Order: sequence, then C-alpha cells, then structure tokens
Amino acid sequence: MTNNYNPLLEMRNIRKDFFGNQVLTDINFTLNSGEILGLVGENGAGKSTLMKILFGMDIIKETGGYDGDVLIDGKKVEFNTPFDALEAGIGMVHQEFSLIPGFTVSENILLNREPKNPNFASELFGDRLDTLDYDQMEARAEAAIDKMGFSIDRKMIITNLPVGHRQFTEIARELSKEQLKLLILDEPTAVLTEKEAETLLQSIRNMAQNGIAVIFITHRLHEVLDVCDNVLVMRDGYVVKNVPAKETNVAEVTKMMVGRQVDTAASGSARDFSNSRNAMTIKKLWVDMPGETVRNVSLVVKEGEILGIGGLAGQGKLGIPNGVMGLYDAGGEVEFYDEPIPLNNPRKCLDASIAFVSEDRRGVGLLLDESLEWNIVFPAMQVQNRFLKKYLSGWITWRDEKSITNITNHYIEKLAIKCTSSKQKSRELSGGNQQKVCLAKAFSLNPKFLFVSEPTRGIDVGAKALVLDALKKFNRENGVTIVMISSELEELRQICDRIAIVSGGKIAGILPAEEPSEAFGMLMVSQVK
Amino acid sequence: MSFGTDERLHKSLGSKLLNLIKENSVPIMFIIICAISIPLSGFSISYLINEIITRMGRNIFLILSLLIPIMAGMGLNFGMTLGAMAGQIALIFVSDWQIWGIPGIVLAMIVSIPISILLGLLCGKILNNAKGREMITSYIISFFTNGLYQLVVLYMMGPIIPIAHSSIKLPRGYGIRNTVSLLNMRQSLDNLLAVKIGTVKIPVLTFLIIGLLCLFIIWFRKTKLGQDMRAVGQDMNVARDAGIKVERTRLISIVMSTVLASFGMIIYLQNMGNIATYSSHSQIGMFCIAALLVGGASVDKATIGNVFLGVILFHTMFIVAPSAGAAITGDSMIGEYFRVFVSYGVITIALIMYETKKRKMKSREGKLLELAQREEEKAN
Repeated sequence: MTNNYNPLLEMRNIRKDFFGNQVLTDINFTLNSGEILGLVGENGAGKSTLMKILFGMDIIKETGGYDGDVLIDGKKVEFNTPFDALEAGIGMVHQEFSLIPGFTVSENILLNREPKNPNFASELFGDRLDTLDYDQMEARAEAAIDKMGFSIDRKMIITNLPVGHRQFTEIARELSKEQLKLLILDEPTAVLTEKEAETLLQSIRNMAQNGIAVIFITHRLHEVLDVCDNVLVMRDGYVVKNVPAKETNVAEVTKMMVGRQVDTAASGSARDFSNSRNAMTIKKLWVDMPGETVRNVSLVVKEGEILGIGGLAGQGKLGIPNGVMGLYDAGGEVEFYDEPIPLNNPRKCLDASIAFVSEDRRGVGLLLDESLEWNIVFPAMQVQNRFLKKYLSGWITWRDEKSITNITNHYIEKLAIKCTSSKQKSRELSGGNQQKVCLAKAFSLNPKFLFVSEPTRGIDVGAKALVLDALKKFNRENGVTIVMISSELEELRQICDRIAIVSGGKIAGILPAEEPSEAFGMLMVSQVK
Repeated sequence: MSFGTDERLHKSLGSKLLNLIKENSVPIMFIIICAISIPLSGFSISYLINEIITRMGRNIFLILSLLIPIMAGMGLNFGMTLGAMAGQIALIFVSDWQIWGIPGIVLAMIVSIPISILLGLLCGKILNNAKGREMITSYIISFFTNGLYQLVVLYMMGPIIPIAHSSIKLPRGYGIRNTVSLLNMRQSLDNLLAVKIGTVKIPVLTFLIIGLLCLFIIWFRKTKLGQDMRAVGQDMNVARDAGIKVERTRLISIVMSTVLASFGMIIYLQNMGNIATYSSHSQIGMFCIAALLVGGASVDKATIGNVFLGVILFHTMFIVAPSAGAAITGDSMIGEYFRVFVSYGVITIALIMYETKKRKMKSREGKLLELAQREEEKAN
C-alpha cells in the first residue's frame, strides 16, 4: 500500500497469552470502510479474545495486555477501556443482551446518551438534573432504527419484546452513535428466526453501503458467505486463511475450521452396539439451562457403549446431562432400563445407579475444603450407606475410617492422583488432579451408568490422556455405560463408539466415531441458532 | 427475561382477573380487614375521616422518602430511620433556641439538612459495599446509628453541645429528657390555612407540601439523574457498561431519601406535638415500610399511589383494630397486639412474595420452552 492510503483498521502481529497459555499468535488483517469481514472458527479458536483486544475490554489488561499493534486510520491506538474504543468509533454488540429490561426501546437505544434540556435546578445542582427531552429522544431513536432498515416499536418495553427485536435494539443503539465507523457483531443471528436473520443480513449490507465497516462473527457459515466480502478463518489462535467470500464455500470453510494439522483419526476401536439393550432412552427432553438450552432431544444410549456428545459451546450439549440428572429445570421423559426416571430430582438418578461427573468441577464436583477421603466417599456414604459401621442394631452409625482410607488410597494409586496424602484438601490440588478426584468419586459409587461432562476441560495434556484412559478402562472392565460430553471432537473420536452432535439445542445427527472430522463439523454448524 | 410469547401463557379474561387479584393480594386483604372491622369498631364516619386525614398529613411525607431508593434498586430503605434521627436532633436544637411556630419548623428543616446528608453518605457508602443485601444492612445500620444518636443526645448534649434550657434537660444536668415538648409548635403547619368541612379539619398547607413533593418526584423521574437511577435499579451491570456511575447514583439516592425523611420526621413530630426522644424514631421505619407495602408496593416497585392507598388502609386498620378487637373479644389489648403483629407480618409477606415472584419467573422460562416444543411438534 502507498503511504497516503490507510485502511480503517489494521491489526498487526497480535499475540496474546493467558498466563503462558498462548491463545493468539501473529494475527494480521486489515479492514476498510464499508467492508464486511466474517470471522469464523470453533470455540476457543481465539475470536472472542481478538475482539476483546480490539474493544479494550478490562480482562485483557488484567491478564497482562497483548503484543502487536492495533491501527485505526493508520494511527496506532491502545484502548484501555471499552469507552476509549467507543470514542474511536468502534461499536460492539455482545452475545449477551445489555439492555435495561424495564425501559422502552428508545430509552435503551439512547441509554446514558439521552438528549437533555437544562432547567433552573440543573443550573444550581449540576447537569444531572437536566430534564430529558423525550421528543428529541424518540426522533433520534427513530433515525437509528431507520438506518438499520428494520422497524421495531420504539415505545415497547424490552421485557415485552420478542428476543429477535432485542437484538435489533442493541444494533440500533450502536448505530445511534454518530462517531460509529466499525461495528462488531458477535453472533447476532444466534437468537433470530430465519426471517429476522435475513433482515439483519440486509441491514448489515445497508450499513456497509453507508460506509460503516462490519466484523461479523457467527457459526452460521452460509450467512458469512452470503453477506461478507472477506472471510477470516481462525483455528487454535492462528489465522488459517483470509479469503474473499466469493472464492470459497461452506465445505471448505468447515474443513479449515475443524481440520487439525494431523488428522489423528479415531483409535479404530469403535464398537457396534446396535443389538444391545437400551440402557437409557431419552424422549422429548427440554432443559432450561442458561446458555445451554436443550430443545426436544430424543436419544437412545445402548448398554455398555461409550456415547460421545459433541457440539459447539452454547448449543446445549451440557444441558443434556444436567437436565437428566436434575440439576436444571427439565421436562420430557427419561427411561433407565425401561424404568421411568423422574426429572428434577437428582436423588432418584443416584438411587438408580446413575453417576455424574459435572463440568463445574469446583462448584458442583468437589467439596473444596474437605479431604480427598471425604470427597471420594461422600456420595457413596450419603446415597448408598457404604463406608459406615453400624452399632446398636443400626441406631448409631459411625464412619468406617479404615475402609475410607483404603478406598481413597486405592484410587490415588489407580488414577495417579498427585497429592501429599489422602487427607489433603481437594482445593490444594491442580486442575487435572481435581478432575481425577471427581472421577474417583463417581467410580466409588459403582454406577451402572456414568455421565462425564467436559472431563478434560482446563487440564494439561498428560492428565488428559490419563483421564481418558481411566474412563475407557472403567467402561471396558466394569461394563459401565458412559456418556461423555466434550467440546473437543478429537478426544471424543479417540474413546467413543458413537458420537452425537448437538446443534441449536437439538441432536443434529449421530455418527460412528470413525467418520471423518469434516462430517462432524458439518453437523455442528447445521442448525446453529 | 421473559419472551413475547407471554400472552400465550395467560390469555383468557378469567386468568387475567385472577392475576390482577394475585398481584394486589395484600391491599385486597387489607380492604377486607377494614371493611369488616369498621362497622365492628362503632366509630362514626366523620370521626374516622378526621383521623385518617390527620394521619395522612402526618405520615405521607415520610413514606414518600422511601420511593427514591426503591427506584434505584436498593429496596426498602430502613436507613430512613437515620433521617428521622437527624430531624429529631434539629428539633431539639430549635426548641432549645425557643424558636416556635412556622419559623421553628423551617429552621429545624434547615438544621437537619447537613446532619441527614452526613448520615446518608455514611449509610450509602456502606450499602454500596453490600449490594443485593441493602434491606438487612440498612436495618442493622439503623440500630448502630441509634447508638450514636443516644451517645449524642444522652451524654454530649449539655457538656459538649450547649443546651441552655433546663426544661428539656434531664434533672442530672446533661442529656435530653425522655419527652421534649413541642407544644408551641404543635400543628402550626397543619393549622395554617386549615379548612374545616363539617367536623373534618383539612390541613391544607401540609397537603400542599406533600403535593409539592409528589410533583418533585414525578419531575425527578424525568431528569437525567432519575433516569440513571431507574437504569441502575433495573440492571446495575448494563448501566455500568453504558457509562453510568453506579455507586455515585446509589449514594445520591440514599442521601436524598435521608434528607426527605428528616423533613418528614419534622412534619410528623409537629403534628404529634412532642418528641419521645429515645423512641420516636425507633419504629418509624418499620411502620412506614409496612404502610407502603400494604398499599401494594413491592421490594422493587413502588408508586405515589401505593403511598396514599397504603396510608389510608394501614391507618384505618390502626384506628379501628383496638375497638374492633375489644368488640369481638372484650379485650382492647388484642387490637394493640394485632397492629404490631400485622406490621411485621406484612413486611415478611412482601419479602417472601418478592422471592417467589423471582422463582416463578425462572420456572416460566421452562414452561415456555416446553410450550415451544409442543407447538413445533404440532407443526411437523
């Protein structure tokens, strides 16, 4: 480029690590006014972190800043707070709504930027006593809504508004800012119906024609290809490719998104259980788990198999075990060996010999300030009355400390839990070892059926292999049916027999684990909502 | 969060009516209690109206001071007791200076402003560190401040803070007597411009002042600060992200409430005609909050209408309950017991209802999900 031409935004050699964990490596791209850039990648690819850097979010600064340069109109900038970014003309619509529920659309569009009239009191006590100019407010809200090209009722209270319209309210809020030059949309179509999404795409085109640059983050690939000028594909913190949308297609982009450098195909140990008994039958399950809503899921788990449940974050895969186990409000039918299991009642599941290793290790999984012994035997003691000694024909029960220590030491050895003794507090262990304690806790219940949710999240490679191995062994040796939920497709393909992919709260498809990654990738984005 | 599918959940007229009754169950309950006890008490209508109007003039200003913190999402502010203390201290000074009548009332209000601002700042700062637990925190702060108040009034007034007139001092020479007479100030606000209709006396000036405060509150809601308070009250994080200074806004709302409460206390005491130095303020917060809740307010929503309805219903019950109780059981103590019992009861019910409403909102999400699923099945 020549010296007298500067793109609106340029990001140069952006690098970012969270405490030594590299999440972004050498990100380079440029964006011109009126251009639409699609940003795609799996969860954890680094899209959100990149946008957080651009938007000056506090978390970046708190974790040690970033390397590289952000240039706006050719000038290097450094945003310390989102307000600096807003000042420079960058607007962002976040995934979670940021609206005041009891305010009207207009009030929300102009939140904290309301037009005001000075009066007698404000002369005396400062401008916060200015009265609001409601006519002007309506006019400016109207103008912003017009710019968007999708009409919403300005006078409606947010709580009474359909979810899609709330999204448009947020976008109108950004558009009402006069200095807006660049708009970042983080999964804006996630909550929209198909028709609303089409309207949104049209209004994105309108914005671009008016000279506003747009960064569009989404999992709906056809939308990206439909509306964007360029597509930036990210994977594992790298830019895999930056290509004009016209020169690529959904299949190619999917492949770039999920394809690992070396396709460590399934271990080849996937087995066929189609003739086995049904261990668990789930019918029409819905689960109201915030951020992981499950809609109308029907699923059959065969006795003795390892079933994987995969999918992108926020699509509902975590809702399935949490709903069945009664941790979140759920409805539908669940049968366990032809016996119905009541929902919303964790105790009944435990009594039926179903165990659950939660993804929320520290919140649900562990008694952080208790010893490993307690952590491992607590459910068995509570649910199955084991590890107890009875005196006076059962009138008094005592903990059987000796057998507790024995079983704990057994698991410490078997799972190679690194600890000072079986009396150490679980809080003091590393993440990977805590995860092993969670597994030991579930194993000690001797369950017939085990849900394992995100067993390898946040633990290192060595511990990961051990955990997966332990699960596989538990399945093979004790004949326990396992349902494993994980965001990492490759690890599911390593140990599972079949993998169900959840997308948009529903089962998009179930495939044998040997199918190629791309097939799963296609399912993942098939019904993204 | 709720969805646009709201209407599908309760659409029939019958269920709408049921909803209306459910939402206003507390006022309806009190209307029924009053309707039953008024004939039993045997009071004449003109006596009742006279009493109620007196009590409206006495209490409404105080209760209105509760509205602003509710708007800012800080719940029912027991911190108003602090304002009441400030008002009392100011009145003690003014009666020591022997300034009576309207000038005395105006001077007391002026003196109370710095004291109540100071106490309001203290309370507001603490409450900013106890977000989400404002009610219980402000309740305990009021007990703590009561200790400070007693220190000042019982020990410091006399030796440190000059008090000239022995008529308000304890016989030992320092500290304030249990009762400070405001005889020369008694109802001077109420009597100025008072109008008599039949046997009913209407304190026009007091009502004018209350009217002005109502207008102020309505106007205030339309100011930038009022808008910010509403935003902070509904979602602190969203407000913060939009650049509103959350802590400062909350602080201002508490200070405003405390100052208004001190004015309210002065109006209350001029009507009573004396200060019970060590007890006037102690239950005022609870009675005001109970009256507001009886009027149909909740922890997160209260209107001027709630204040008026609440005062009328709550105090009608106050007036008639002892006689009605005596008529039924032959023991007037039962009515006395009943009013305290009811005050605490109403506050407890309001708190429980607030929590269940929140939980209901949550389970409704699940129902909507189920509904959407069923409709989808039908469509296929």
